[in-house]
Amino acid sequence: MKKENVIQAKNLTKKFGDFTAVDAITFEVGQGEIFGFLGANGAGKTTAMKMLIGISIPTSGAAEVANFDVFTQAEEIKKNIGYMSQKFALYDDLTVKENITFYGGIYGLSRERIKEKRCQLVEELGLQEVVDELVSSLPLGWKQKLAFSVALLHEPKIIFLDEPTGGVDPITRRQFWEMIYKTANDGTTVFVTTHYMDEAEYCDRVSIMVNGKIEALDTPKKLKEQFEAETMNDVFLKLARSPSPALPKGKGEINSNLNEYELKKSSPLGR
Amino acid sequence: MKRFIGFVKKEFYHIFRDRRSLFILFGMPIAQIMLFGFAITNEINNVDIAVLDHSKDATTQEIINKISASKYFSLKEIIEREVDIESVFKKGKVKAVLVFEKDFSKKFIKENHATVQIITDATDPNTANTISNFTSSILKKYQQELNKDVQIAYQIVPQTRMNYNPELKSVFMFVPGVMTIILMLVSAMMTSISITREKELGTMEILLVSPLKPFQVIVGKVIPYIFLSVINAIVIVLLSIFIFKMPIQGSLFLLGAESVLFIVNALSLGILISTISKTQQTAMMVSLMGLMLPVILLSGFIFPITSMPLPLQLISNIIPAKWFIIILKGIMLKGVGLAYLWKETLILLAMTLFFIGVSIKKYKIRLE
Repeated sequence: MKKENVIQAKNLTKKFGDFTAVDAITFEVGQGEIFGFLGANGAGKTTAMKMLIGISIPTSGAAEVANFDVFTQAEEIKKNIGYMSQKFALYDDLTVKENITFYGGIYGLSRERIKEKRCQLVEELGLQEVVDELVSSLPLGWKQKLAFSVALLHEPKIIFLDEPTGGVDPITRRQFWEMIYKTANDGTTVFVTTHYMDEAEYCDRVSIMVNGKIEALDTPKKLKEQFEAETMNDVFLKLARSPSPALPKGKGEINSNLNEYELKKSSPLGR
Repeated sequence: MKRFIGFVKKEFYHIFRDRRSLFILFGMPIAQIMLFGFAITNEINNVDIAVLDHSKDATTQEIINKISASKYFSLKEIIEREVDIESVFKKGKVKAVLVFEKDFSKKFIKENHATVQIITDATDPNTANTISNFTSSILKKYQQELNKDVQIAYQIVPQTRMNYNPELKSVFMFVPGVMTIILMLVSAMMTSISITREKELGTMEILLVSPLKPFQVIVGKVIPYIFLSVINAIVIVLLSIFIFKMPIQGSLFLLGAESVLFIVNALSLGILISTISKTQQTAMMVSLMGLMLPVILLSGFIFPITSMPLPLQLISNIIPAKWFIIILKGIMLKGVGLAYLWKETLILLAMTLFFIGVSIKKYKIRLE
């Protein structure tokens, strides 16, 4: 089933001074795959993602995104990927239409193409009524969908989603995942970070980062078998709690404590 | 290029849809120049005075006429007793009282010596000083008129000429200062706020992930402000020419070029501020405290640099506004060209390059 790989990372590492934020991670993502990138806060997912989207230069290792090298071809990578952050970054003081035109414009789409794309997008999302309203007047769920669609305007090969469902209600989350499925079906690779373990179950494959390392990587089903767990939530808790042998002294300790704290707070099971 | 135009267009939307920034951009310059031009002034005009005339003769009457005829003073009250001096001051009716001694005319003509006392309200020391100077000079002039035909031995007659601003209009001094403040405010504060705004919104991240180069993002954010600052500079110059009758002696072209240099200088400071501040509020505070205060206090706009203590004089050298004010005064009032202002221009240029260099470096570090 697996087609060609669109992301390939080998021993990708990022250090800030003495601190190793991302420690030699190796993985690949196939075309059209929904790849879940999990990890507690501070585990290094954001740093890893920043290297893949070309705004942070790795310290060592190698990686290719959409067949372009992250060290030398960051500009090419940027043209071939979409990115959406947890802030649903749209301009509040611009209308829906102007936001679409603006983002289409910075990706170099022609005027006709933008118009065509805009009409299609507005119809799909049912935004006809509000197309000339300021984005600030839209409810959060709509902003989220709009931000996602805008990130797909230039038809990127891969879309990176950084905690795309933060702060929205379960129904909206559900609808959003339907959009993600549709996108993946159309052949776009989806690279998504999340804190919600039920979302991890929706992914084709999942990697879990702990203290800068990928500690587990497989389909949700196999991971559950491997860790003898009922849900992905249990898998995550087991992994994040087991003390890592390669843990550096000092800073790492603080980090692992922090991870546990975050987990207790966010886990519905608690302890 | 097309991407870039779209970006600049978006920037204009931001500016024109935000009433606050619109007000700062267009309301402020006009309000400030009017304020400094009309309300805040060092000149005296129609100051109310009172007279206590103990002699009431032809000479004192003539002097009183001369004084109240001048545009600086108007005679408000004639008082009769010494005790009334205190009460007119306390009521705040007048700013000065002239007291002529008894038998003024007689003494003046026969003994060649008479005294007039000028009592001023020194709660405002500057005005008091100006009043006493103006009165003395009117008296002196009167004296000279009387002595026209008589040759007095050993007389020194100082002939003062106020070059470049013969009428000592304080608006001439304020226009360069206000222009400096406004260009600084619009360019540095507004850009730093608009860049940090993108950071706060998270859109900066999206822009950095897009094919736009970081350099294009910054230039795109800055261009609208260059444009608006230039318009502001033109508005200020027009206001000062047509409303305050300020002559622009030097070349308008040079004035424009130097203004653009200063605008770019302020913009690079704004970019620098945006690289060190995370939120719009920080950016605003840093701009206000770090830029506006020094511009107002240490640039020589209000307080003369030469009368500052040495450490402050040294600090004033690193404030770009100081050099720009010197340049502006040179071009506007003295009408000198680059031949006289090359040193200041060079300093401003060097500062600009330095700020741009530092902000590019800072910006790159942040991208890492």
